[in-house]
Amino acid sequence: MTKLMLRVAPGIVRQPIIASVILETSALLNIERARIDAAQGEIVLEVSPDKCKEVKMAFERRGVDVEILEMPVSRDEGECIHCGGCVSICPTSTFRFEEWWVVMDSGKCIQCGSCVEACPQRALRLMLR
Amino acid sequence: MTAEEMPEIVEELGTAGAVREVDVVTTGTFGAMCSSGVFLNVGHSDPPIKILKAYLNKVEAYGGVAAVDLFLGATQPSEDRGIEYGGAHVIEDLVAGRRVDMEAVGAGTDCYPQVELETSLRLDDINQATMLNPRNAYQRYNAATNSSDRTVHTYMGTLLPKYGNIHYCGAGVLSPISNDPKFDYIGIGTRIFLAGAQGYVVGSGTQHNPQNNFSTLMVTGDLKRMSTRFLRASTFYKYGSSLYLGIGIPIPILNETIAQNTAVRDRDILVSIVDYGIPRRDRPTIKVVSYEDLKSGFVEINGKDIPASPLSSFHMAREVADTLKCQIERGEFLLTQAVEPLSRLGSARPMKQTKEFPKVEDVMSRDVVVVKEGIRVDEAAKVIVGGSFDHLPIISDEGMLIGIVTAWDISKAVAGGKTSKVSEIMTRRVYAARPDEPIELAARTLDIHSISALPVVDKENKVIGMVTSNDLSRLFARRR
Repeated sequence: MTKLMLRVAPGIVRQPIIASVILETSALLNIERARIDAAQGEIVLEVSPDKCKEVKMAFERRGVDVEILEMPVSRDEGECIHCGGCVSICPTSTFRFEEWWVVMDSGKCIQCGSCVEACPQRALRLMLR
Repeated sequence: MTAEEMPEIVEELGTAGAVREVDVVTTGTFGAMCSSGVFLNVGHSDPPIKILKAYLNKVEAYGGVAAVDLFLGATQPSEDRGIEYGGAHVIEDLVAGRRVDMEAVGAGTDCYPQVELETSLRLDDINQATMLNPRNAYQRYNAATNSSDRTVHTYMGTLLPKYGNIHYCGAGVLSPISNDPKFDYIGIGTRIFLAGAQGYVVGSGTQHNPQNNFSTLMVTGDLKRMSTRFLRASTFYKYGSSLYLGIGIPIPILNETIAQNTAVRDRDILVSIVDYGIPRRDRPTIKVVSYEDLKSGFVEINGKDIPASPLSSFHMAREVADTLKCQIERGEFLLTQAVEPLSRLGSARPMKQTKEFPKVEDVMSRDVVVVKEGIRVDEAAKVIVGGSFDHLPIISDEGMLIGIVTAWDISKAVAGGKTSKVSEIMTRRVYAARPDEPIELAARTLDIHSISALPVVDKENKVIGMVTSNDLSRLFARRR
């Protein structure tokens, strides 16, 4: 699955944009996170790779700024000591051990932020947050 | 050989063969070692100062040792950034060669007239920087989980509610003391690898408890020779700062007993998984498991596979053992003979507390009114008005606590036109206290959940009293 980060401008926040994109593209969209206030909206959603381009263009036609989120969470490799403090607290198993190195599958991340707090080295950061 | 390679050698060659073939086994561990710190001699100023209080990057260092000797502890939080930057971070900054700002307050005496001072120091500017850690390299450490229904933040990391995860510490097969549990080699004066430098064992550490396989070491070393590769400051969320250290001890295979001990495997080293959801000293043990079980990534509790992960780095523990192995092979690290063996007896007794804290049973009201879940909302309202209290515990037919309603819940129900059974409007997730619980814990429960009363229940979950924030504030007011 591909994650898209949408930034919705103030003028169009009140329009049913997501619903209209779903109707137009018939894509299955999974909204993972949404934060909307008076000034603007920020939405992270998941879409299958084959529909990704079509959905992205449909949003852009409606004036929404769309960015493909390739790395929802990033790690400072110089800080990480491969302790594993992030491994068992992640709800989506983004982190795992390989020969006692912590490897991450950033694509699984839903940006809940648990690992950012739990990392004793402060090595993890959520992108776009 | 590293201690990870040794079990197979012994299995293949036997202990006698291992004594012939193997010279030295290197161990290693890399974990958060809170009981660590550094003695610093910052030199004399002009006019001279007898430092009473000193702050390094706003982290207080103990100044009660002569005029310009300071002790900086790893877990001391800073005045400005709190636990995000603590003593451990100052130590890492010094080792990294970064400048550290010092503010000092002096006593003002005839011989040390200076009363205030500010300066900026690098490690090179400090006369001596001697690491002296009272308790390091625990032989093994109990793993942690959490049975309660809220996330707890501990020195064992973030523990998710209802046995959501397990955290453990220690290097298992590579753990220095687990490879020499009877101290056939390790003793006072043993040269060790300490954060990249060559350090020494001062003696047994604090809380040293070899009778129960919880031995510890007090170690020392020159901070100026340490490396940030093996010394890293850390912060455990909502707990505090700590210092990750790499410690390695070489063990010469002098006899078959030592060979046998260094053949220890992860599956031979057992630890308890204890419940950090219970905020008491004696936390209940949920299960006893081996490091092999923990390192598999999952441990079964109550029929469910619970994810388990370490907080100490096995990857770095290997690097410590490998680095030490290379240093020995190159002749850069020479082994020593201990001056004295470490004590096989220790003490980790609980604190003797001479001032008793009041318990919940000392302040709770015992004439508590409870009602069964079947009664109607208006009946509950009458009970509350008649008894002039705000909280009404609801019990099952068997007498167990199953819910609670407040006067506010009832007003809300009546205002909304709901006047049916009280079981429909009650809060089912009731926080309760135990009679033998210190009131500090009950007060913390009230505070964390923003509530004002707790039913007090016995072991069968039957209500025997009620403790309210009023009871606690009355007690507090009386004490003053």
